[in-house]
Amino acid sequence: MSIFEYNGSAVVAMVGKNCFAIASDRRLGVQLQTIATDFQRISKIHDHLFIGLSGLATDVQTLYQRLVFRHKLYQLREERDMKPETFASLVSAILYEKRFGPYLCQPVIAGLGDDNKPFICTMDSIGAKELAKDFVVSGTASESLYGACEAMFKPDMEAEELFETISQALLSSVDRDCLSGWGGHVYVVTPNEIKEKILKGRMD
Amino acid sequence: MGDSQYSFSLTTFSPSGKLVQIEHALTAVGSGQTSLGIKASNGVVIATEKKLPSILVDEASVQKIQHLTPNIGTVYSGMGPDFRVLVRKSRKQAEQYLRLYKEPIPVTQLVRETATVMQEFTQSGGVRPFGVSLLVAGYDDKGPQLYQVDPSGSYFSWKASAMGKNVSNAKTFLEKRYTEDMELDDAIHTAILTLKEGFEGEISSKNIEIGKIGADKIFRVLTPAEIDDYLAEVE
Repeated sequence: MSIFEYNGSAVVAMVGKNCFAIASDRRLGVQLQTIATDFQRISKIHDHLFIGLSGLATDVQTLYQRLVFRHKLYQLREERDMKPETFASLVSAILYEKRFGPYLCQPVIAGLGDDNKPFICTMDSIGAKELAKDFVVSGTASESLYGACEAMFKPDMEAEELFETISQALLSSVDRDCLSGWGGHVYVVTPNEIKEKILKGRMD
Repeated sequence: MGDSQYSFSLTTFSPSGKLVQIEHALTAVGSGQTSLGIKASNGVVIATEKKLPSILVDEASVQKIQHLTPNIGTVYSGMGPDFRVLVRKSRKQAEQYLRLYKEPIPVTQLVRETATVMQEFTQSGGVRPFGVSLLVAGYDDKGPQLYQVDPSGSYFSWKASAMGKNVSNAKTFLEKRYTEDMELDDAIHTAILTLKEGFEGEISSKNIEIGKIGADKIFRVLTPAEIDDYLAEVE
């Protein structure tokens, strides 16, 4: 089993009309044994910027701590929040610093940029950025997620419809993957509010 | 460096609480050629005297106003070689920021990092402070900005400022002439008049240098022909 599949994970982000949604599964496993069913894979950097990390859980947590550290210093120095594109460049640089001993994570970054334009991107474990206009996926369930998102996605969805779409895509994909699942955690972010919901799916 | 006679810091406090080396550095700045900057409502202009030691010097090869980034420029009063070193370091810092964040460095951040370098040279072993004060002119998302950085590493944002030989006359002149809603072309005229105040000899496009940045966010050094046009308008 590859080291990226040690803990199991599924993360997906989708673009809507002046909003975005980011969702993840909640399982933390050690190979085939489930250890926790409430593992936090998505974290808020600031009100309009979220990062979801799939892959090895220890690196997920450490990388998140490093990024929050860098962002807090940036906020103090520059007296402003980081733009999503800027944050993505920072994450890419931090991952590439460890080119020959990488963090075993694949980040999914989602945010609202200038004029509340949604921004999503993903990258591999050494920082190769992949921007997308519709959706990005990562984790052990990524192949199923690609299929589900491709089938269910429509451009310019409003927040409610986006929530339904991303939830259905996530739940149906993790059902095809034994290493991810045990519910879902969805954030839908509009310029004025953040809606956080826990999904109950097949608890296996 | 550990056993050397000069491994202690040359900037040690005097009993009166001053750092004498920094005072001397400021004196070096004060005896340098006059330079000034004015922040207009839609841009910034910086200018300096360009007195060459002899008529045999090829004046086109001397450039006192330098770019730090496409939208930030700088000029100095004091020691030219120290200025060159600072410009080199600042350019590198600006490029490192761009490489990390893929975003051009804000003017305040670049000024702060440059000032940090200058401060380090007042608290390290075996080095002396820089003998220059810088005027940094830039235009970014926060609008036009003008900063002055001193050898001590302190920096201030100015609406208009001058440095060098003629500093007190120039500042008095600027205090009288400055208005909040000045436009860039007015500011250039005012800059020329301020330089003229203390100028020894005839002012011409060959012995002054002017740099400007407008709402297009591109810093440019004016050509001698453009300076001649502005000089003619001022007459």
